[in-house]
Amino acid sequence: MSSETLAPAIPAVELEGITKRFPGVVANHDIRITVDPGTVHAIVGENGAGKSTLMKILYGMQKPDEGQIRVNGEDVTFRTPSDAINAGIGMVHQHFMLADNFTVLENIVLGAEPTKAGRLDRATARERIMKLADTHGLRIDPDRMVEELGVGDRQRVEILKVLYRGARILILDEPTAVLVPQEVDELFGNLRELKAEGLTVIFISHKLDEVLSIADAITVIRRGTTVASVDPQDVTARGLAELMVGSELPTPETRESTVTDTVVLDVSGVTVAGPGRPLLADVSFPVRAGEVVGIAGVEGNGQSELIEAIMGLQVLQSGAIRLGEEDIATWSTLRRREAGIGYIPEDRHRQGLLLEASLWENRALGHQTRRPAKKGIWIDRSATRADTERIVKDYDVRTPSVETLALALSGGNQQKLIVGREMSGLPRFLIAAHPTRGVDVGAQAAIWDHLRNARALGLAVLLISADLDELIGLSDTLYVIYRGRLVARLDPGNVTPERLGGYMTGAITNSEES
Amino acid sequence: MSTVATAEARRVRKYHLGLVAVAALLLLLSLVRVMSGFDDITSSGTFQAALMLAVPIGLAGLGGLWAERAGIVNIGLEGMMVLGTWFAGWAGYQWGATAALVAGLIAGALGGLLHAIATVGFGVDHIISGVAINLLGPGITRFLSEVLYAEGTKAGEAGAGLTTSPALSSQAPSVSLPLFSSGPDWLGSLEETHIFLLSDVAGILGGLTRNVNVLVILAVALIPLTYYVLWHTAFGLRLRSSGENPWAAESLGVNVYRTKYVATVISGALAGLGGVFLVFITTKYVEGQTAGRGFIGLAAMIFGNWRPGGLAMGASLFGYADGLQLRSSQAVTGFFLFGALLLIIWAGLRVRKQLAGRGTAEEQLAGVKHYTLLAAAALGAVVLFWLWMTVDKLPNEFVFITPHVLTLLVLSVASQRLRMPKADGVRYRRGEQH
Amino acid sequence: MPAGLYRALLTVAGAAVAIVLAIAISSVAIVAAGADPFTAFAAFFDFGSKEATQVSGVTFIINRAVPLFIAGLAVAVGFRMNLFNIGVEGQYRIAAICAAFVGSQFSLPAPLQITFIILVAMIVGGLYALIPAVLKVTRGVNEVISTIMLNYIAINLAAFLVRGPFAGERKEGLLTTSTPELPESAMFPNFNFLFEMFGLPSPRGAGLWGFVGVAIVLGIVLWVVLERTRFGFEVKASGLNSMAALASGVNPKKMIISAMVLSGAIAGLIGLPEILGRTGNYGTGFTAGLGFLGIAVALLGRNKPVGIAVAALLFGFLDRAQTPLQFANIPPSVVVIIQGAIVLLVVIANEITGRMALRREERRAARQLGTTTPVEVAV
Repeated sequence: MSSETLAPAIPAVELEGITKRFPGVVANHDIRITVDPGTVHAIVGENGAGKSTLMKILYGMQKPDEGQIRVNGEDVTFRTPSDAINAGIGMVHQHFMLADNFTVLENIVLGAEPTKAGRLDRATARERIMKLADTHGLRIDPDRMVEELGVGDRQRVEILKVLYRGARILILDEPTAVLVPQEVDELFGNLRELKAEGLTVIFISHKLDEVLSIADAITVIRRGTTVASVDPQDVTARGLAELMVGSELPTPETRESTVTDTVVLDVSGVTVAGPGRPLLADVSFPVRAGEVVGIAGVEGNGQSELIEAIMGLQVLQSGAIRLGEEDIATWSTLRRREAGIGYIPEDRHRQGLLLEASLWENRALGHQTRRPAKKGIWIDRSATRADTERIVKDYDVRTPSVETLALALSGGNQQKLIVGREMSGLPRFLIAAHPTRGVDVGAQAAIWDHLRNARALGLAVLLISADLDELIGLSDTLYVIYRGRLVARLDPGNVTPERLGGYMTGAITNSEES
Repeated sequence: MSTVATAEARRVRKYHLGLVAVAALLLLLSLVRVMSGFDDITSSGTFQAALMLAVPIGLAGLGGLWAERAGIVNIGLEGMMVLGTWFAGWAGYQWGATAALVAGLIAGALGGLLHAIATVGFGVDHIISGVAINLLGPGITRFLSEVLYAEGTKAGEAGAGLTTSPALSSQAPSVSLPLFSSGPDWLGSLEETHIFLLSDVAGILGGLTRNVNVLVILAVALIPLTYYVLWHTAFGLRLRSSGENPWAAESLGVNVYRTKYVATVISGALAGLGGVFLVFITTKYVEGQTAGRGFIGLAAMIFGNWRPGGLAMGASLFGYADGLQLRSSQAVTGFFLFGALLLIIWAGLRVRKQLAGRGTAEEQLAGVKHYTLLAAAALGAVVLFWLWMTVDKLPNEFVFITPHVLTLLVLSVASQRLRMPKADGVRYRRGEQH
Repeated sequence: MPAGLYRALLTVAGAAVAIVLAIAISSVAIVAAGADPFTAFAAFFDFGSKEATQVSGVTFIINRAVPLFIAGLAVAVGFRMNLFNIGVEGQYRIAAICAAFVGSQFSLPAPLQITFIILVAMIVGGLYALIPAVLKVTRGVNEVISTIMLNYIAINLAAFLVRGPFAGERKEGLLTTSTPELPESAMFPNFNFLFEMFGLPSPRGAGLWGFVGVAIVLGIVLWVVLERTRFGFEVKASGLNSMAALASGVNPKKMIISAMVLSGAIAGLIGLPEILGRTGNYGTGFTAGLGFLGIAVALLGRNKPVGIAVAALLFGFLDRAQTPLQFANIPPSVVVIIQGAIVLLVVIANEITGRMALRREERRAARQLGTTTPVEVAV
């Protein structure tokens, strides 16, 4: 600790030649990063580039196979997070690590509790938390239950947790992924304040404009290794993006329009009741054959409910959903699928796959009542296997065989299997929810190609994504959803991500333009 | 600190409500006693028996609470309790009550350790491991009986058999509250007068204070102790965090594995202790004497919404049902009347609430459901009243199932409102997930 | 080696290791009890020297295994979709007493009479299992707790019924009560001809219960249903990932109810081999605990009919040794310890081998990508 004050030139964190292998896979290879004290250092990279593994290593959740970690100039080996905490490193996780049923105070002091004669000393804890909150400008009520808190509040609790342990080095893993812009601004204000007090912040992200606005230094990771260290002053977002993805920067752009006049899916006046305000309010839009309709919005504004409403997993309060000529609002999920609705779910592990079943069984999932999976009351195993072989070949799913468990495949290959499966039902209408989330760049380009080809063949697609470039590039028509309402209809041909962001956050409120 | 103040106020209001509820319950009980003429409904003897029977259930429930708060579902409580009974009997006949206590405790703890090794160490499904322990417990004890209690052994001469141990060589000491429950025994004489309400209170207090085994007092003290340890110490916070969100706890340097191990071992020890008490009641080990009390303890815990106070209430209720049946199987029919009165009161409260808060659209919408409920309550009251008038004696079997039926009823009415620890029963592996 | 075969081999190897370990543990117990483990293990294989005693021994094993097998099947149907039907114990007892009573009230030609009794047992078992299913679907009640509670209710209810409304005439000098005797047409013919075919003597007593035939047919039918039909696929999908099953058009409520009722209906059959094969009534001496043992058998057999059959025969084999063990002066309940230890060790072995198989497949899948492409692995 003393060395830091004596010689500020000593880096706060130094990673040298970090390599981490998982069975048959190298997740990190020869990573080299130097983080100066009192700075915000951004680590950027594509999904799947190896950022999370690196952070887990730095926080003691995984052990590197090779390489050296130095904190404040001293060599360290972390076996558990406790070791990292003791070295002054704290981590704010992407998925909040909070116990819902506990108060803010309990969540903060857990693992570092002040006690008085064995008794949990809540008074002292409260005092310390309030003091920390005041000095860093983090408003918080220590006695609220965490389950009552919003996303921004939860993140402040996470930061306080780290500060409470006396951390001088903070790792923030994709901290803005779940925040609305106002909350992002507030977070950045907090981070600047922390920096001013001499703390070091390591900021992991793939949102380049945010990185450029907050970071003092940037390290780029590609395919598991560090490819560049740049100064935010001399780099543009485009340049950074090229560093991130290498030469093959895929563009999701769709060429000529294939939109026809045939309305395949017509959503009209769909309303879904919620605990307070409705989750979906009077949502109407048509999807035509050969058209990709994109839905933009900050997560949690009704996208999931819209998907569930179309799939029949959500009860409608009012409104109609028409597939071709038929109103399907009262149909079961199975009947909707049989009528030609395909579904690439937003979370493939939760909704899309049987992880502990073979690939061919996953091929049958959702198609168990149709050929080739079905033959009378039986499951046609050989036909299903053969058809899975076809998907593996056509969609370039890298797998030893169709008997392999889905669990064993990488995210990109799992997703390609799902895309192949949903396309093979010859759907009339496809819901693609975050179709390229968490997949590698190669798979992303392939999935975009498949969507484009299907569109050219007359498929109607509803695309929901958090990736604005993907939305603008693939969609023929773009809607913005905000608090359960469609607030704008935009032409992706002449909309900028900035304007789109304005609608998504409610900053721009005029509706309807063409 | 306005939230603290309101929380404080809420607590006080809850406390007062509790007092009112207890008073109402007493009134109702004594009304039922007078109307039905069964003095045993509130006699000191009944409550003495109820206390004795509630303690093992409560201890098993506490065992469940410790494990489940740490995220380990423990349906192996029954097997651990069986281990507790056997070792209590075995140590007790040789070295007396204290040895019985220690041996039962350790045996139960070992059962808990086995459960922890399987579930925490190897990631076996909690239900499956629990089922295996419930098979192993009786198997091991039967084996030990066959080895150690066979004819011709030392124990055999002391009165052991294949299914029983010899009697304990000493009993745990008992105490009574001076003046009130012993010597002049004021409470006893008051109870004899059979005055409305007054005698009932005297009977209940007398039953709970006369000739109480010292260990019963200790066992009852475990309830507040558990509450204190789990909710007011650092260890308790870590333990509960392992049951709510073990990944969060792990990320803060809490050794989740160790915490779960400790909690499960304590859980087993408490279940074993419950077994010890069963041995104290019969003064010896008898095969099968747990009779599913481990499961009833689990039910009491769920009944009490995974909290010590609620658990104690559940255990008391189940103990009372057992105790009353033991004292007078006819008195049990009085509870048809009790149920009928309860339904009428509930319906009355609902009608009042409806009259007070008429008008909002939502309530109008709920109107149909409301009237069906009221009608059902009225019908239920009539049926119960009719049963009370016609049934003289309830078959024992129907009394035995009271706790189970009650638990099912509570679960089906309140399942949505019950809040079990969020990561309860989840297979936790260090470093996996998130 | 294909992934499926590798997984199967690993499973068998794991089970073998578990059984060896269980034998080692019980040897320690036997030594501690002052006996010789080798004498004990000799007792397990001591079927007597005469053909007649050998036949009786084999008959005992099969007769014991039949209800265990059925119980294991009943449990497995639920377990395969993560539905813990702990209530098989209660379901089979209530079904057995109802079937025994109803069957004694009339007399039809044998095939009809037996079919009718089987149907009653299945319907009663299914209906009793419907209670926890409905509670789960409509009120969100966890089936583990509700089935445990329903077990005690069923056991007491059966005890009440056999004493009261369903009691038959008590025979002179007998203290036990039972339901009225079944007519002769209700008794399932024995399968002793199987022994006679090989020139062996018939076993003594009631002989080889003919219900073994029903059990085998049931096992095959269930295997086909679970492994080859759409319903079986939906059961498996619901068990592996209920959210994905829902999104794929599988109705979870329907699945819970149908799986639970099917489980209960099969459970209803557990008591019939004994009633239709030997006792002819449901009495106070009716074999209890088969439902709980069924859980052990299902776990041991990994919820697959063939595995369950092997596990049931293993349990039957171990149980048979109780008498010879007693003759050898070894506590017969060592059998229960072996059984318990095997179950616990096998489930642990399953966990370990499952993880091993997965790691191997992850490696193989990763090799397909080539080692140069790093991939983020969800850990």
